[in-house]
Amino acid sequence: MSERLKLALGVLIALAAAFVPLIADGYWLSIAVTIMMYTALSTSWALFSGPTHYIALSTGAFYGIGGYLVATGMSDFEASFWTMAAIAPLVAIILAGAIGAATLRLSGVYFVIFTLGLAEMIRNLVSWVQNNFLGARGLYVLTDFDERHIYWMLLAVTVAVFLFGWLLGRSRTGFALRILGNDEEVARHVGIDTARTKILLFMSTGFFAALVGAIVAPRYYYIEPNVVFSPELSFLVVIMALLGGTRHLWGPLLGVVPFTMLWEAVSAAAPNATTMVLGAAFLMIVYLIPDGITGLAAKLIRTRSPS
Amino acid sequence: MTPGRTILEVQGLTKRFGGLIAVNDLSFDVREHEVMGIIGPNGSGKSTTINLISGALPATSGSIVLEGQDLTAARPHETARFGVSRTFQLVRILPALTVLENAVAGAVFGHKRRWGAEAAGFASGLLERVGLAEKAAQPVSSLTYIDQKRLELARALAGEPEILLLDEWLAGLNPSELQIGIDLIAALRAEGRTIVLVEHVMDAIRSLCDRCIVMNSGTKIAEGTPTEVLSDPHVIEAYLGTE
Amino acid sequence: MDIVISGLLLGGAYALVAMGLNLQYGVARIMNLANGEVLVLGGLAAFWAFVSFGLSPLLTLFLIAPLAFAGSWAIYALFLRPLVKRAKSRGQLEVDTILATFGMSFFFVGLMVSLQAEYFTYSFLAWPISLLGSTVAANRLVAALVAAAIAAALYLWLNRSRSGLAVRAVAVSPGSARLVGIDVGKVSALAFSLGGMVTALGGCLISTFVTLDASAGVLFTMKALIIVIMGGVGDIRGAIIAALILGLVETAVATIVDPGLTLVAAYAIFLAVLLFRPQGLFGRRSA
Repeated sequence: MSERLKLALGVLIALAAAFVPLIADGYWLSIAVTIMMYTALSTSWALFSGPTHYIALSTGAFYGIGGYLVATGMSDFEASFWTMAAIAPLVAIILAGAIGAATLRLSGVYFVIFTLGLAEMIRNLVSWVQNNFLGARGLYVLTDFDERHIYWMLLAVTVAVFLFGWLLGRSRTGFALRILGNDEEVARHVGIDTARTKILLFMSTGFFAALVGAIVAPRYYYIEPNVVFSPELSFLVVIMALLGGTRHLWGPLLGVVPFTMLWEAVSAAAPNATTMVLGAAFLMIVYLIPDGITGLAAKLIRTRSPS
Repeated sequence: MTPGRTILEVQGLTKRFGGLIAVNDLSFDVREHEVMGIIGPNGSGKSTTINLISGALPATSGSIVLEGQDLTAARPHETARFGVSRTFQLVRILPALTVLENAVAGAVFGHKRRWGAEAAGFASGLLERVGLAEKAAQPVSSLTYIDQKRLELARALAGEPEILLLDEWLAGLNPSELQIGIDLIAALRAEGRTIVLVEHVMDAIRSLCDRCIVMNSGTKIAEGTPTEVLSDPHVIEAYLGTE
Repeated sequence: MDIVISGLLLGGAYALVAMGLNLQYGVARIMNLANGEVLVLGGLAAFWAFVSFGLSPLLTLFLIAPLAFAGSWAIYALFLRPLVKRAKSRGQLEVDTILATFGMSFFFVGLMVSLQAEYFTYSFLAWPISLLGSTVAANRLVAALVAAAIAAALYLWLNRSRSGLAVRAVAVSPGSARLVGIDVGKVSALAFSLGGMVTALGGCLISTFVTLDASAGVLFTMKALIIVIMGGVGDIRGAIIAALILGLVETAVATIVDPGLTLVAAYAIFLAVLLFRPQGLFGRRSA
């Protein structure tokens, strides 16, 4: 498929997706919002973690920063939703840059461990600041948005993520990322500033996660740090992206749709079983489909038509 | 081509690993268009020297200057941009990229930078130069050992380096491949490229190098033309041991 | 003084858990992110034996040891060895083991929630005793002493016995260990299982003075990881000192500032280590 045809197809799908709120409502619209949210998060996650193999568990932390900043800005500082939705991703970028500078020069394990507890650590810090300095009041996000508006905003972010990924794939930075994912030592010796490349991409995932968190904040109305700084979200994003496969830009989407449905069904029918499902999903990915659904499909096609 | 002005100056270069001195107060110059060999017994500090010049390891003391640019504290991507390219002792190919992409990788971020069609065209030219033109579109998993070596060479050349470091590039080749490899480096020499090579194959040293330095236990024990140094009693002693 | 004593006692229990993780990561090369859940399983066993049969946790230790060892061995043989075999590089093994052990950690949490959804509350040796002028709960002191005894036994075994030497050899260089006739696969399995056993014992001890619940594991995993990195991967002595430092700092922050900030304190230490001594407290900079 030529690049132009792919682009046209992408635009068509995005346009079709824009009509979903006109058809679906209630339960299905809510599912559509969730799918859109995870598509943006997983796709942006895969742009960094796919080629570099650094498993980032920081999505929940950045998402929480987005949601929390919107809430505290609107409740405590009388700021508008739009101002806070613009500030939050910038804060996340700065934080991601600092975390990246501290951890991305070292081996992947250090990075994973650092991001593992990040959401929880920031939640503790934020709760402490909230309780001691800002007054332990509830934070309300009161806007005129309904689910449809949130959906459309998330769609816009998702389109932006795809566009970003598409441009990245055609850029020097994208090529640098592929090279360093193959062999970081070679990457350095051909002239790539590997630390800088990794930090930049990690900042981009922080940016998008905080933006999504900010946009989704009106969905909660009442925000507590416990709700938005969700470690679970980080794991869901990793599972969905790996389930779909990270080799293609549209790979994570193929994991997001089925897993969101499954997750919603399990959460409703057997809320106690959700942790088991997370565990089973990780094990299934590692042992059965290490290259994701897209990798599996490519393998099936290859074996069907031996050339 | 006759060697010209000095382009690389190594002065008092020293590298310690804890208590072990791997390279001890090493000084030498490399002139433009010359092929300079670094030889010596195993563990004498040859590869460490290559790693120091390319920035893979930081030097403990001493200085490395390339055309007036101080590379002593430079990191690998900086030395690459200043014009130092290298190959690796154990060949390193980017496994998920095609043959052409592997060569392009060297052209995009290095000393002379190209992008897009220009980079691809330049890299294709180099693949032809090293004898891989027909394999450009293949995945690298299909390459033989010598082809992998060729590809690594093409990648190193793609940034148009001022100086090319070959770390035992001929090691592991069978006799017929070895002749192909020697001919290839001889052709690069004829083009006037500046090359520093670490090598164990004495035939290659004799036929390729303009000058050599000999290292033993991290120290330079001789310098001169291959014929001179290989007849030097200190060198023979270093290789064969004292009676 | 209170802070120093309770900090050191807490650090003693952490040290044991970090030693377990160190064996698994330093020797078997498995970054076990289900480590905290194994700890909580040990705590759950102690709780269950105490509540159902009135069995002292100090006796339960002897039941937990063989069970945790066998269970860890089974996990290594069934789930982790296939990953070691298929990995083309150390980096790939790292990613695979991280994801797989995440899976196991969630699986264990799910399992424990279905067994015991409430806090594991029981009271064992909960009377105060006086120690160097400050008052501590007897269970903390006993736990720290038993942890020290187990750690000392492990240390002696590693440094004085032939099999301990093999374990240390694999930690330094699996390739060279193989050359001198060490069965690296077996030693890795042994180290992983011992690590799981030590961690579960640590959990049993910790449960006597910390109220655990099914989802408490991840915090312990974090702390154990921070300790291992601070002490230097594979460095038992470093891990013990790092554990004591973490125990002290956490206790100090909890007492002086706010108990909700212990994780923040742990992160501050972690960040300092990453920035200034990524090779560990006693490690030598490799480049």
